[in-house]
Amino acid sequence: MRESTIMKIHYGTALAAVALVAVHVLMRLTQSFAESLEYGNVIANYQFLPYAGMLEIILILLSIHGFNGLRVILLELKQGKTYEKAVSYGCLAGMIGLIAYGSRTIIMVNMGMI
Amino acid sequence: MTQVPSIAEEQASTPLSSAKSATIRIARFNPEHDRERKFMEFTVPYQKWTTVLEAILEVKKHFDHSVAVRYSCRQATCGSCGMIINGKPRLACFTKISELDSDVVTVEPMNNFPIIRDLAVKFERLFDTHHKMKPYLIRDDSEITSNEKEFLQTPEEVEQYIQFSNCIKCGLCNSACPTMATDSSFVGPQALAQAYRYVADSRDKGKDSRLKIIDESHGIWRCHFAGSCSQVCPKGVDPAMGIQFLRGYLLGFRS
Repeated sequence: MRESTIMKIHYGTALAAVALVAVHVLMRLTQSFAESLEYGNVIANYQFLPYAGMLEIILILLSIHGFNGLRVILLELKQGKTYEKAVSYGCLAGMIGLIAYGSRTIIMVNMGMI
Repeated sequence: MTQVPSIAEEQASTPLSSAKSATIRIARFNPEHDRERKFMEFTVPYQKWTTVLEAILEVKKHFDHSVAVRYSCRQATCGSCGMIINGKPRLACFTKISELDSDVVTVEPMNNFPIIRDLAVKFERLFDTHHKMKPYLIRDDSEITSNEKEFLQTPEEVEQYIQFSNCIKCGLCNSACPTMATDSSFVGPQALAQAYRYVADSRDKGKDSRLKIIDESHGIWRCHFAGSCSQVCPKGVDPAMGIQFLRGYLLGFRS
């Protein structure tokens, strides 16, 4: 993939994440902070499908943005063909892993498995 | 640190009656047998018009001829005498001692360049990246053949790139660039500014090929916009601005 395409995704995910995290924070403000962290409320949030969907999207956006940011930092830190390939594929694997693990949590709670 | 106390009077070309004298601290390093850089100090008389390069040449003439320095035109045109003067990348021929507000002038080789010896550095990487940007007009026709007309431009079209054509390839921007310090594969502000110089030229048709060259993992996107390249440019080229304009092309804001 061309670097400009990757950076367009990088900037796009940042903007979208800012907007969705703002919605997420505003949703938290409907109750007190301690209350919002109570077990029952957290489970209820996950079981509310539109909200769970938004959390999933935030997870994907932040994983893409964060791991690409990490890739950029690591590429600037050291150079070399093997190293750069390892960094790129490592970050891609990390991104997929984090999305898979987060999605698993959201799906399991949503389906009432927790 | 070695202190060389006084000037050889009988050979002095700078008037010794000069009211002021400056201590020139020159970084000495020969990669062939030195492990680390050391500084040698020389006391040199100066007038208000004396440049750092003249002071270094004075040192070479009277104290230590082995000091390695690259220079040529002495008028900020050839771009040969770039070095770190009191911590900032500058042209030695374009920097007067009197404007430094210090009687101690420390000169070091440019950062982010391999050292040949003392103040002389290798320019291969700078010239390679400059060459990579295809620094010439790309088009199918030519204005050289007799039946062709010259490529006319409006003053507005010239204004788009003329500032960037002032680059003298001195390497000060690359020396000041923080990304160049960590990323040995980064193309650097000099090459990117030159890419913009030709991309913005209405006579040029090589925009796509140049944008492709800079659009790679160690290309334009690794610039953090520190802006230090533009601060140190002795010719007012402003590479940081050129880099932002190039990003505009790649992000689709400019065409």
